[in-house]
Amino acid sequence: MELYHGPLDIEAIFSKWLKEEKNSNYGAYIPFVGTIRAEDGIEALSFDIYEPILEQWFQGWVKRAEELGAKVKMAHSIGDVPVHTSSYISAVFSPKRRVALELIDEFVEDFKANAPIWKYDVKDGKRIYAEDRSTPMSGSGLLA
Amino acid sequence: MVKVEFLGPISQEVLELEAKTLADVATQLQNIETIAPWLSKCAVAVNDQMVSDLSMILKSGDKISILPPVCGG
Repeated sequence: MELYHGPLDIEAIFSKWLKEEKNSNYGAYIPFVGTIRAEDGIEALSFDIYEPILEQWFQGWVKRAEELGAKVKMAHSIGDVPVHTSSYISAVFSPKRRVALELIDEFVEDFKANAPIWKYDVKDGKRIYAEDRSTPMSGSGLLA
Repeated sequence: MVKVEFLGPISQEVLELEAKTLADVATQLQNIETIAPWLSKCAVAVNDQMVSDLSMILKSGDKISILPPVCGG
């Protein structure tokens, strides 16, 4: 797992991961890239991350992928990421395509629901929590 | 004393509370006007492990993290 301040250099990360697994004998490499769209007058999105729990969440997926003979990777931004740049890339490598196609779907959806990352719209230089697009994590409401 | 930290968009400094269980923490947080509305949608971790049992016994120095709704990517 890799965290970077500001937008991701997607081409560099994509190439680095490809090189890392060049001789691993995986037949499939499926990346997912998240790019910031210009909408609702935003200048950027901004992100807070709680790294200890993100790392645990990610290690859970590393194990799950290993059981299927596959490998997962991800990188995410911290702080401001301007429109038309990217804040997120994840990927699955697997021996054959079917495992990678299914795993990238589950991995990205679970990321959205349970990775401890908070998103803010940036408008006129101000950060506004994207509450309406956020999802309570599993087990929420314990203290209510 | 246990430490309670509020992550992401919750504007609240770290609190130090006397609490024997997670239920004690819940009772005290429910009485804080600015925090109470968040509780129904927040997950909880103790010492960076996600937890789901209100009767969990706490010891002095434990770190409790309050995690509001997330949206990565």
